[in-house]
Amino acid sequence: MKSKHVHTLSVYVSNKPGVLARIAQTFSRRGYNIESLVVSPAMDGNFSRMTIGVSGSPEGLDQILRQVSKLIDVIRCTDHTYDDVVIKEMGLIKIAVDSGGRGEALQIAEHFGCKTIDLTEESMILQVVGDPEKIDALVEMIEKFTVIELIRTGKVLLARGGTTT
Amino acid sequence: MEKIVMDGGQALIKCLEAEGVEYIFGYSGGSVIPVFDALVTTNSKIKFVLVRHEQGAAHMADGYARATGKPAVCLVTSGPGATNIITGLLTAHMDCVPMIALTGQSVSWMLGKDAFQEADIFNITMPVVKHSYLLKTANEIPRTIREAFHIATTGRPGPVLIDIPKDVSAGVFTGDLHAEMDIPGYTITDSIAVEHVKEIAGAISKSKRPLLLAGHGVTISGASEPLRRLAEKMNIPVLTTLLGKGAFPETHELSLGWPGMHGTAYGNKALCACDLLLNIGSRFDDRILGDPNCFCREATVIHVDIDPAEIGKMIQPDYHCVADAKLFIEELTKHAERLETGDWLEQLDTWKKKYPFKFKRAGSLKMQHIIDEFYKLTAGKAIVVTDVGQHQMWAGQFYKTDHPNNFLSSGGAGTMGFGVPAALGAQFGRPDETVITFCGDGGFQMTGFELATAALYKLPVKFVVLNNHYLGMVRQWQELFYDDRKIGVDLEGNPDFVKLAEAYGIKGFNLRRPGDVKRIVKAALDYNDGPCLINCEVEKTDNVFPMVPAGKRLEEMIIEAPRAGKKLERPTGST
Repeated sequence: MKSKHVHTLSVYVSNKPGVLARIAQTFSRRGYNIESLVVSPAMDGNFSRMTIGVSGSPEGLDQILRQVSKLIDVIRCTDHTYDDVVIKEMGLIKIAVDSGGRGEALQIAEHFGCKTIDLTEESMILQVVGDPEKIDALVEMIEKFTVIELIRTGKVLLARGGTTT
Repeated sequence: MEKIVMDGGQALIKCLEAEGVEYIFGYSGGSVIPVFDALVTTNSKIKFVLVRHEQGAAHMADGYARATGKPAVCLVTSGPGATNIITGLLTAHMDCVPMIALTGQSVSWMLGKDAFQEADIFNITMPVVKHSYLLKTANEIPRTIREAFHIATTGRPGPVLIDIPKDVSAGVFTGDLHAEMDIPGYTITDSIAVEHVKEIAGAISKSKRPLLLAGHGVTISGASEPLRRLAEKMNIPVLTTLLGKGAFPETHELSLGWPGMHGTAYGNKALCACDLLLNIGSRFDDRILGDPNCFCREATVIHVDIDPAEIGKMIQPDYHCVADAKLFIEELTKHAERLETGDWLEQLDTWKKKYPFKFKRAGSLKMQHIIDEFYKLTAGKAIVVTDVGQHQMWAGQFYKTDHPNNFLSSGGAGTMGFGVPAALGAQFGRPDETVITFCGDGGFQMTGFELATAALYKLPVKFVVLNNHYLGMVRQWQELFYDDRKIGVDLEGNPDFVKLAEAYGIKGFNLRRPGDVKRIVKAALDYNDGPCLINCEVEKTDNVFPMVPAGKRLEEMIIEAPRAGKKLERPTGST
């Protein structure tokens, strides 16, 4: 799974049933694909924060964002693609590796700052946290081993300094 | 805090009364019995109108809302009752009509378990509503109703759906009838950036060939009079969209009628020749643009809309203003000056004289002839409701409208079956005025069962069935663009519409000859003992012109019927 050039949006919404469906429909109606999505309650439990990665033609995206913004349950929707923000993601990668390859696998893991969170005679699970590009790079390196399963959380984002996300 | 012992249904009716609801259009069913019962147990003043099919209830509410400018309510049961209003929701959503749709729902603990008559209407309708609710408790009712009416009627209006599980409407209400709204994500543009308006006024003052396009937004914001004052002050010609008909008087010397696919040739020519287009409250519908890439390319385009998402959606404007039409028009009037439009108006006048709408009165009976006669005999003052198709375009062409809210038509959705129930809704809303509905024989039969409702309430609606025994608009496309291969358009099997009317106890007229048009139209208008229907046996294969084939440039408009057999390129645009 490689990160395409995607727009990263932060959406602050009322924490109500149906909000996600409305937002998802607004994108899918125009042929945009949601590449990643993280939803969690905001500090004020009446609201939720979504970080959405969408791919699709940049033309028209601005208009779709305005359509998302006008949904009644959306408080605000911001495209942070070109802003000064912190973006992080976590990945868990289970690879098939025995004593023969374990040394090299651990070397790669160490380089990427991974934690080894499960280890058996035949497999190990690596946990990696960082920019999506860093996880892409790790995946590329680790593919020389048999990757049994891989999961990524999708990215989360906060604006740096005094800027509101 | 006011606390009264009542159930959810009773609280609902109290809240609807507080919103000033006069009518509920609806159809009963198991899951809404508590709501219906509450109409009785609260001795409510709200009048309930029983329709024959839920789609009729939705369009009736729509017609009431369009004719009065007030929000309207429809009430239906769960499952198929609820799914039957989806077309009505789409119609209202596309044309920005304030409507509250109340749907019954299975009891909440059965939701998602395939209960009898359960449909997930909250999710099914999401793309065709402005907002929607699925109630969880009776105590949420007052806040929800208040929010729903506020959302439906403000900003860019639209339908709001409230799904009400039966245990909510039957459950005990212990809440506050005056609960406040809680919609932090909903903001309305209620101010105007004066600097923007001044900038726009400056751009307009440089124009030699300006044009104003007024859409439905002008009517919705109640800005017709201010628009007339602005146009007269600037001496600027005005186009009104099909839904904006009446936002500016069509008989005014500055009016150019409506533009687009079947609009005025001079209106389209004006769009091709203008050097500035000021669009207020129209969303640049594809039926107006033709080919969006070639639309007004040389002109300065200004777009004023209350919905920020409309700016740049179809046409990237040079200037824009997100504002209520009335606020904008009133502000612009302060800064506007009289423009040097003498030569331009002269040019437009030449086109007006050269390319009027026309038809032949002799020979076979024409729809245009009948519509024109209604126009003349009602002095253009009736409320006209159309269905969808050829007759709709001819109604737009030949029934000129000087008043807002007087020409009701399904513009965005193009919903066949709209005409009959919407006309009833309009007549309920404005009982003392003449309501005429022009329908084709196709659309009439989609919702014609509402004749029962018309008869029951003795509504003096004139049902004009312009009967060419065809789905005429599609047949026209097949003739012009598909080598006249007719398929799926011959309405063989039509009933005798007069006998059908009589079966409902409704007065019926047959109109077959051009020579009878005046007499029968007059008789129908003079008939006031309830509804009447006129079955008009019109020319079967007449075509609507002018025509801009879908997706073509406005310059490529076909003004008159091409000679028989002439091959035309198949349009690439949408319908």
